[in-house]
Amino acid sequence: MVLELGMSDTSMERTGGNPAGLQPIVRVADVHKSFGQVQILKGVSLDVARGEVVVLVGRSGSGKTTLVRCINRLELIDKGRIYVDGELIGYKEKAGKLIPESEAAVARHRRHIGMVFQRFNLFPHLTALENVMVGPVRVLHRPKSEVQQEAQALLAKVGLGEKVHNYPSQLSGGQQQRVAIARALAMKPSVMLFDEPTSALDPETVDEVLDVMRNLAKGGMTMIVVTHEMRFARDVSDRIVMMEAGAIVEAGTPEAFFGNSRSERSKAFLSALQ
Amino acid sequence: MIHIGGISFDLDFFLKYLFNPPEMIWHGILMTIAIAIIAQVAGVVLGFGVAIARLSKFAMLRGLAGLYSWAWRGTPVLVQLLIVYTGVAAAGVYRYPEIALGPLLISGPLQAALITLSLNEAAYMGEIFRGAIQTIDRGQIDAARAIGMRPSTAMRWVILPQAMRTVIPPLGNEFTLMIKGTSLLSVIGVRELFGSVQNINSATFKTFELFLIAAIWYLAMTTVLSIVQRFVEARLRRHELPAAATVKPNRSLLSAR
Ligand SMILES: Nc1ncnc2c1ncn2[C@@H]1O[C@H](COP(=O)(O)OP(=O)(O)OP(=O)(O)O)[C@@H](O)[C@H]1O
Ligand SMILES: [Mg+2]
Repeated sequence: MVLELGMSDTSMERTGGNPAGLQPIVRVADVHKSFGQVQILKGVSLDVARGEVVVLVGRSGSGKTTLVRCINRLELIDKGRIYVDGELIGYKEKAGKLIPESEAAVARHRRHIGMVFQRFNLFPHLTALENVMVGPVRVLHRPKSEVQQEAQALLAKVGLGEKVHNYPSQLSGGQQQRVAIARALAMKPSVMLFDEPTSALDPETVDEVLDVMRNLAKGGMTMIVVTHEMRFARDVSDRIVMMEAGAIVEAGTPEAFFGNSRSERSKAFLSALQ
Repeated sequence: MIHIGGISFDLDFFLKYLFNPPEMIWHGILMTIAIAIIAQVAGVVLGFGVAIARLSKFAMLRGLAGLYSWAWRGTPVLVQLLIVYTGVAAAGVYRYPEIALGPLLISGPLQAALITLSLNEAAYMGEIFRGAIQTIDRGQIDAARAIGMRPSTAMRWVILPQAMRTVIPPLGNEFTLMIKGTSLLSVIGVRELFGSVQNINSATFKTFELFLIAAIWYLAMTTVLSIVQRFVEARLRRHELPAAATVKPNRSLLSAR
């Protein structure tokens, strides 16, 4: 089946490394983040270009989830800046000083940042269709009938055209995760964040979710994906970024990461995954 | 006339008053229902506010709400009722003048009754709402925020509908207690069911017959309520039931590999 999701007007070249000269969609600049006394992110910088697919890897506890959650400000950062679509996330800048924005103001930014969680987090009291509709209807206040058509099309595109009226509890993990992807896409995000979208799934449903993501990437969606699925990383990503102890320690093309000339670090990481 | 031990039971009177209740009993029943509904609705609305305050990020608000809950749940309703009615009036804070609402005249005792029951109920509902909101998975809030919901939007469309599922069973119990609790109001002269019955009693002295009739009416009201409650709970649970035609993993996407 053919999936066409996201925007297709991006003909950007899929090169590894930081594409110089292009305005990045996501710019993470020297981000620090602590939980209590423990510093979790220690000065992370990462630019993601439009249409780029960045896969974030690293050992458990290295700070991948935290970084992704900082990008849509589900976590507050202590230092540094994060821009999405050129807009500073979570703060207003006044005379060189950063002033935290209210939850309501931050909510406006989040509309354009799609997020898919490890545990799906579908709304259990809503059907698949309603899960996809609730954002456009209740956040963007768009007319229901129009949104419903779009939502139905989105669910059809993730292969769930038959399941629109099922509640999450009536869907398998893979199906729930695809609904969650459709829910995020319904907001027409300019970037999609995925935090281990397949690691809570039964092995047999992993591929149906990865296929949806593959097609999203093909459609030109900008994506930041935390995953341990190395095949996906190798086949789909433009850049693999490795984190260790709250810092980015390596970034490069999949060829560099998986190829013969790979670093000791990536060797160690990959062999630990086996 | 039936004699049971020392008391005599006037069966004719009992049956007549049970199946053909005088105006006064009808009026009492309506009052009981109206008071219970108004106080319960007010208790739910105020209780939600108490819960929000108890979950607030402002320590001051949390403290005040905690104090409120503690005081109202830790004292007897009867005492609260008398403080609100006589105490407040005696202190000159509010003297409960009659209020005319269109054709309805709301007496002083009735005002005090509604205020007391509502505020009391708010304390209990506050705890119930707080518990229900706290049981909701953090991931739900994350997901709501991630699609751009403001806190109030998330509350309305994500948190509250899920919390209601947890709230409905104890809410039904609260309403049952409320209906029964209105019988206390006769103490300050409100003519709800029990007050009306006592009134008839003071003219007829058919105490046992009349109180039995009151009990039967209370039982009828709470029974109807429990049936409604079961119906509502079944409706709220409908999305937890597995679909009749279930759920084989959709394999169509796998064919790509
Ligand atoms: N809310 C929190 N409060 C305190 N510590 C936290 C919190 N969230 C994460 N941490 C800690 O921050 C560190 C990084 O966590 P994070 O979830 O970002 O790692 P990760 O790279 O996503 O790991 P995994 O692969 O296991 O998901 C961990 O040590 C974790 O215990
Ligand atoms: Mg993680």
